[in-house]
Amino acid sequence: MKCRKCGESAVIELRRHNTAYCADDFVAFFRHYTVETIRKWKMFEKEEPILVAVSGGKDSLALWDVLTLEGYRTTGLYLDLGIDEYSKGSRAKCEAFASERGAKLEVIPVIEEVGASIPEVQIATRRPTCSACGLSKRYLTNQAALARGFAVVATGHNLDDEAATLFGSVLRWQEEALSRQSPVLPASSPKLARRVKPLFRLTELETAAYSFLRGIDYIVEECPFSKGATSLHYKEVLNRLEAHAPGTKHAFLLGYLDRIRPAFKRGQEVTLRECIRCGQATTSELCAFCRLVDEVSHKSHTISGPVSAGA
Amino acid sequence: MIVVLRNPDREVRLAGRHRVKELLQELKVIPETVLVIRGKELLTSDQVVGEDDVIEVRPVISGGVR
Ligand code: SF4
Ligand SMILES: [Zn+2]
Ligand SMILES: [Zn+2]
Repeated sequence: MKCRKCGESAVIELRRHNTAYCADDFVAFFRHYTVETIRKWKMFEKEEPILVAVSGGKDSLALWDVLTLEGYRTTGLYLDLGIDEYSKGSRAKCEAFASERGAKLEVIPVIEEVGASIPEVQIATRRPTCSACGLSKRYLTNQAALARGFAVVATGHNLDDEAATLFGSVLRWQEEALSRQSPVLPASSPKLARRVKPLFRLTELETAAYSFLRGIDYIVEECPFSKGATSLHYKEVLNRLEAHAPGTKHAFLLGYLDRIRPAFKRGQEVTLRECIRCGQATTSELCAFCRLVDEVSHKSHTISGPVSAGA
Repeated sequence: MIVVLRNPDREVRLAGRHRVKELLQELKVIPETVLVIRGKELLTSDQVVGEDDVIEVRPVISGGVR
């Protein structure tokens, strides 16, 4: 297989674009496509400081790499979830990436903010691990952005992530989730940073290939709690369809965003207020994060409190 | 050839030369979900891997809430 651009031998075939590239031309394509997405979807301007949420995985490090190469002003944010070896390994990858490039990285241990590590939160609250984790990540990233004066948070969500989320929401007709799905979530309150996903038109295969070809040392191991996740089943189904008809995932997601969501969104406006405790934006009196923290501290008191009799 | 699979890490030995496309079919892997790596190279589906090659088939799909 030959590179469509230069005729050298190709390292990756992009069937959905009916093309193939050598390493250099693929990296150029990836950078160009990302920058074009940022511009076309008005995600942020060149001068704006961007907080990049990094996990140590291929997507967020690829994003951070492109933004750095393209001259954007970035700071990385790593949330240490306290998930044993996985957190240790992924944190080390982020720290190595930052120090190699002289990039700024902030690390926030979730345990200090929530009162427990993510695995302990699950034990204390009996909530599904990923839901408590997802909630904490969204909240803490936003809080960190506000506290440090960032108006924008960029995340590494790719086309497969977004198509799988859409697929799940459609299967269950989750109207609220559908109305929220977008590569750009504007700051709908002074307490919310804008959230953007510059890689949302690039597939998971493409972000992995980019990271590999750029020599980015990312964590290949997965979070132990992701095993059996429903999103993985959705991704598998979509990739089977993609194998038969390249471009399916892209058409599914982009068709929704371009044609369906605008009509759909109108009926779904919500009013935001400030959480009575922490002041962040919420639809209820006490925000979901503060309720989670309450549950954790309540449960750990009943488990290890002073009056607890031994076994 | 030796095929290294990840998550969990394991190895499979295969005899003879194979086209990457057929290799993935044999392993029942959807092509869109993995990188096929030989040393510092990425391989496309039409490439042929030989008896003495060590190939990594690395999944690219991540799960969970992100
Ligand atoms: S898989 Fe679940 S627990 Fe693990 S990082 Fe993702 S959301 Fe958190
Ligand atoms: Zn080329
Ligand atoms: Zn709150």
